[in-house]
Amino acid sequence: MAFINMKKKEVQIKIVYYGPGRGGKTSNLEYIYKKFKERIQTEMITVKTHGDRTLFFDFLPFDIGKINGYDVKIQLYTVPGQVKYNATRRLVLRGVDGIVFVADSMVIRKDKNVLSIKNLEENLADYKKNISNIPLVIQYNKMDLAEQGIPVLSFEELEKDLNLVLKAPSFSASAISGVNVVQTMKKIIAMTIASIKQELK
Amino acid sequence: MSYTLSNEQLSEIEEILQHDLIDLGVHCVFLIDMAGNIIANHDNGESSHDIYSLAALAAGNFGAVTAMAKIIGEGEFSLLFHKGVKENIHFSKILSDYLLITIFGNDISLGFLRLKVTDAVEKTKKILGSFDAE
Repeated sequence: MAFINMKKKEVQIKIVYYGPGRGGKTSNLEYIYKKFKERIQTEMITVKTHGDRTLFFDFLPFDIGKINGYDVKIQLYTVPGQVKYNATRRLVLRGVDGIVFVADSMVIRKDKNVLSIKNLEENLADYKKNISNIPLVIQYNKMDLAEQGIPVLSFEELEKDLNLVLKAPSFSASAISGVNVVQTMKKIIAMTIASIKQELK
Repeated sequence: MSYTLSNEQLSEIEEILQHDLIDLGVHCVFLIDMAGNIIANHDNGESSHDIYSLAALAAGNFGAVTAMAKIIGEGEFSLLFHKGVKENIHFSKILSDYLLITIFGNDISLGFLRLKVTDAVEKTKKILGSFDAE
């Protein structure tokens, strides 16, 4: 739920990276943080377990400059992917404006992706939001693992599993090396801003 | 869904934060929604906290504590307060969608702060009352 501050001429937008555990949501934010460090004035916030897994969320505020005279502040969040943390995922989704679903391309994670996107749909429904209407970009992460001989699902297979009905914009990516990480972020920001503009008309 | 408040509403809220809390000696105060957006903020000119990160964590923290309250059969906890060595942080819910967060030093007692926060919350409620964010 974006907040538009008419007085300060500022818009705050919440984008959440969602997906199965160990899929690369935090790696996406870490890459963005590294890449745009000069433009990000604060530290990236992470609430992790001792085992270095996301416990609550990661948070990265990101100013993208002015659009139509308004300062646009993007707030990037991740959710904890592990199944047991669903209550926390639901909390982080509160007031979300746009979603990046980070799928894991490894063959062994095929079912986890499907379960996670279903879980996203259910959690959005709790906030009376529909996965088909909310700005959504799907990212097929870890495509680079194929080069190391690790079996990964093809782009077409992943589309069939996750995006057959939704038909959301989608990218093959590698969050570790940065392939399509920025493109994914740019796409979700553009879609979310367009959706907010549409709402204000 | 996005939402906004009018300039008049924001000015009135800022006036309350300044007059009721900052003038009292509070270091920093901000009004946020449960999504972690900052609606209004004020400080004493000496505070340099990263309020955007604080807002995100405060919204998450409040949500987590409320969930804990429900598990043990409480609707919610009435006092949410963290004590530090130099600074303390106090949370107060406003209507169903907003939180007032106050950061203050040891020169103000918690009891006195709670009285003043209650006043500020009642006034802010009237401004936000006509309007529920989600």
